[in-house]
Amino acid sequence: MAALTREETEALIQEVLEIYPEQAKKDRAKHLAVNDQSLEKSNKCITSNRKSQPGVMTIRGCAYAGSKGVVWGPIKDMIHISHGPVGCGQYSRAGRRNYYVGTTGVNTFGTMNFTSDFTEKDIVFGGDKKLAKIMTEIEQLFPLNKGISIQSECPIGLIGDDIEAVAKKANKEIGKPVVPVRCEGFRGVSQSLGHHIANDAIRDWVLENRDGDDSFPTTPYDVAVIGDYNIGGDAWASRTLLEEMGLRVVAQWSGDGTIAEIEKTPKVKLNLIHCYRSMNYIARHMEEKYKIPWIEYNFFGPTKIAESLRRIASHFDDTIKEGAERVIARYEGEYQAVIDKYKPRLQGKRVMLYIGGLRPRHVIGAYEDLGMEVVGTGYEFGHNDDYDRTIKEMGNSTLIYDDVTGYEFEEFVKRIQPDLIGSGIKEKYIFQKMGIPFRQMHSWDYSGPYHGYDGFAIFARDMDMTLNNPCWKQVKAPWKTDAASSEAVKAAA
Amino acid sequence: MPSVMLKKNPEGKLVFYVPKKDLEEVAESIEFDTPEKWGGEVVLSDGSKYYFEPIDPPDFPITLRAKRVDSGE
Repeated sequence: MAALTREETEALIQEVLEIYPEQAKKDRAKHLAVNDQSLEKSNKCITSNRKSQPGVMTIRGCAYAGSKGVVWGPIKDMIHISHGPVGCGQYSRAGRRNYYVGTTGVNTFGTMNFTSDFTEKDIVFGGDKKLAKIMTEIEQLFPLNKGISIQSECPIGLIGDDIEAVAKKANKEIGKPVVPVRCEGFRGVSQSLGHHIANDAIRDWVLENRDGDDSFPTTPYDVAVIGDYNIGGDAWASRTLLEEMGLRVVAQWSGDGTIAEIEKTPKVKLNLIHCYRSMNYIARHMEEKYKIPWIEYNFFGPTKIAESLRRIASHFDDTIKEGAERVIARYEGEYQAVIDKYKPRLQGKRVMLYIGGLRPRHVIGAYEDLGMEVVGTGYEFGHNDDYDRTIKEMGNSTLIYDDVTGYEFEEFVKRIQPDLIGSGIKEKYIFQKMGIPFRQMHSWDYSGPYHGYDGFAIFARDMDMTLNNPCWKQVKAPWKTDAASSEAVKAAA
Repeated sequence: MPSVMLKKNPEGKLVFYVPKKDLEEVAESIEFDTPEKWGGEVVLSDGSKYYFEPIDPPDFPITLRAKRVDSGE
């Protein structure tokens, strides 16, 4: 199907909005736009980071998801207590596939669920005593933990428990960092505020711990990888490239990360930000307080990787610059072979994306390296500065949708008929039943890593095996196939 | 009175960032930008104006309080 023109895309948006009542229609119209590369600022065309309309199916999460699930959860040697009723922690347990090295239950705790399991009694009489008791128990059962974070669920804020006081007291008793995080789910409009709250908690309770302590030997090539959650091993695939070009990765935030790494981050020379949306706050803080510059980079697809490696190297001396060129040259044969193999099979295929806060723009380059075209993209919880960065990445007249509702997404897909959709588990089966190939782009569909040159090979293979899977030809019932093809079947038989 | 994070971009221009508003703009002009005095009215590339109490030239990046100047005036 040919690409839609600007007028057709605008008409499509109007058509989809038609079903809403007047007020909802007015509100939703602000979140849907046709991309115009000539715009410098996204606020001219799209509104983002606003409360979702009641009654629509939104795909967003909550502040607790942003803090416990995204920022704090992957810090492997700390114990993260889901403070409140049992469900929030249990149903999100280990779902994000942040890989880590260590022995779970002994010195790492990533896939375990710790909760204070609130009952009616705790809501009525307060849960502070229980929390204090839990921390003592944790210290007895898991003595190798390096700290505890308290991730608040909704009731904690509602009943007004003083978790800060409990944390300070526990910190004195056990002599390890105890971090209270006020990430109650009702705060903010999406998980995005949870990221911000989590960043602020790191700033207030962890980052200063080693100020004035110079015992950690530094080098001029120290960097921190920030905003890489090691999903399916992403951070490892990124780290090898950085180390190969001569940099020393001091800290990983927070995939496969430790609290010690986070405490050492103020000693680095440059912060590398992958997920801008969830970690830019702390990078800006470190820039101000410790004068550490930060840059955004993108390790999806060889074009963007080479661009990013050179940009990172430009902050260092010639040895690193040569290192970057060496790395790019070394992998050239490898990634060229991947492109040669898969590009003919994927050329010209059209993709629609709807992901969280970074990938809607970061993976576009990887698709383009394979000759594919992204015809629609959108963020669950992006802000205006994310859309500013997206406009230039997307083609003209492509569709941009913010906090898309289930209904809108389905209607767009029905009309645009993309060859592939990349989104999350909640969307997966709807679109597969519609007969459209689908990849989960949050969890890499249990595959990965997708970062780095090694990841690109896996990315290309996964896209090919999904898109060119013979099962998509079987979706249509045989009696519904058109006459021409049934003639062909008879002829073949 | 928003808190504004100010930093210099690689081109040496002042970047203006208001976290609560996701406002990230380059400052087009600053009323006082001399070694003695810094501040006054700042005009951003989107046309909005902010006012900083003049101070000694600060060490960027820094967070400062700014007053919004209504464009109607």
